[in-house]
Amino acid sequence: MTAKLEVRGVHKAFEAKPVLVDIHLAVSAHQVVCLIGSSGSGKSTLLKCVNLLVPVDQGEILLDGRDITSPEVNQNEVRQQMGIVFQAFNLFPHMTVVDNITLGPRKAHGVAREQAEARAMELLDRFGLTDKAAEYPDRLSGGQQQRVAIVRALATDPDLILLDEVTSALDPELVAEVLAVIRSLKESGMTMLIATHEMGFARDVADHVCFLDGGAILEQGPPAEIFGAPAEPRTRQFLQRIIDAGRL
Amino acid sequence: MTGPAAPVEDVGPRAPGLLGPRRPRRAREEGSRGAMIAFGSTVLFVAVVLVVVLTSEAWPRVQRQFFSPSAFREVFPDVLGGFWLDVQMFVVAEVVILGFALVVAMVRALRGPAFFPIRALAVTYIDLVRGVPIILLILLLGFGVPALQLKGVPNGPLFWGVTALVISYSAYTAEVYRAGIESVHESQRMSARSLGLTQVQALRYVIVPQAIRNVIPALLNGFVSLQKDVALVFVLGVREGVREAQIYNTSTFNYTGYVAAAVLFLAVSVPVARFTDWYTERDRRRRQAMSI
Repeated sequence: MTAKLEVRGVHKAFEAKPVLVDIHLAVSAHQVVCLIGSSGSGKSTLLKCVNLLVPVDQGEILLDGRDITSPEVNQNEVRQQMGIVFQAFNLFPHMTVVDNITLGPRKAHGVAREQAEARAMELLDRFGLTDKAAEYPDRLSGGQQQRVAIVRALATDPDLILLDEVTSALDPELVAEVLAVIRSLKESGMTMLIATHEMGFARDVADHVCFLDGGAILEQGPPAEIFGAPAEPRTRQFLQRIIDAGRL
Repeated sequence: MTGPAAPVEDVGPRAPGLLGPRRPRRAREEGSRGAMIAFGSTVLFVAVVLVVVLTSEAWPRVQRQFFSPSAFREVFPDVLGGFWLDVQMFVVAEVVILGFALVVAMVRALRGPAFFPIRALAVTYIDLVRGVPIILLILLLGFGVPALQLKGVPNGPLFWGVTALVISYSAYTAEVYRAGIESVHESQRMSARSLGLTQVQALRYVIVPQAIRNVIPALLNGFVSLQKDVALVFVLGVREGVREAQIYNTSTFNYTGYVAAAVLFLAVSVPVARFTDWYTERDRRRRQAMSI
């Protein structure tokens, strides 16, 4: 079976500092893969490479078997097939919630405004945000903003969603509402690649977990294995620190 | 927005303690004392300047030549008519500048090797135009292009004078826009691109609207500047306000027309300058309230 997404031998360096080292990774359709590891281990960069926001130095990234790092590929078209949600929400502050959500469908996909808005309202309703449609982002709580950002990523009907530490910038009491949204996406069969610091969540929701350290995937496998019996000393060390901090 | 702003307004009612009622009164007294000092020193300063000027030996002659009421009455209608042309030139030029400069700034903001040629063109344009005195540009275009006698191209000095202003001011205004574009956080661009928007779409719908908001004070500043500089086209013989004053001066050797023109320019530019300050201050307060 061809994987939905396959990363083959990707390297990336910023000014001679290696950020990603020989990354190999596959995400099948309807699978949830979590990237864990300390800050600076390369999780975010990997997601940005997959979304072509950061060009890779070496290696291939295949989406449905097609190499999307090739220069002949239309990057806009590739990005239209996937959604990404960022740590800092990155909503457009000068647009209402509904305009934030319909911008992509209307401008990149050529959907008529009426249709795009109907779809946006449907999604907002699904995530309990109907009454926020006409608000500007700065009137929303962090959790609400992040849920809107997820809806925005979903509005273009992507096959693959990339989530970049989406709860890291949230107040602790707002984390649950965002995680609940991601859980419901998993139930609906969405393919997701998730960089996260929420270890309990990763253990619950992931089909496959990758532990990144210093830009390389040190260890990967089913969550029971990675969290229950990690083979690498660095993984054990990392998880021990998380447990000591009372986060797992 | 009500959230962050509310605590600031609450400060008064929240402090009704022993010092509560006294504090506003003291602030008021200090305010009125400050106003008195400001008023007193202004009166003193103006008085000194007036005494120095009015008691100088040459004052009566200067008054006749620059501040003659009869000459003022005589020249004012012509200068006013010419000034109306200045206003029209300003409005037309400003509209074109705001649009054209934005296009130049957007071209400059495009990334990737494919856009190198037009990006280089934009940079060259900005560098060249900003390196030439505006009066030279007006003279070169105003006398040079009509001399070419091109078919289908307007040859009037008015047209080429305003064109020179547009070319010059657009280069500066493009740099103002660029500063605004660069002030919008990179994550906004990434976010827009991740939705599948092209570079131009990301600029147009996401970056530029936020960029413009950030540079409105600087743009208004440019308005004030252009509103005066339109008078420079008088060197081409365009009969705008300053030119009318000059015509009167050559025939009567009286300079009052220039003063009349100055009064008219001030009547427009001072309110715009005050508005700019007011707007900038209001915008600064709003941003502070938002970041609390």
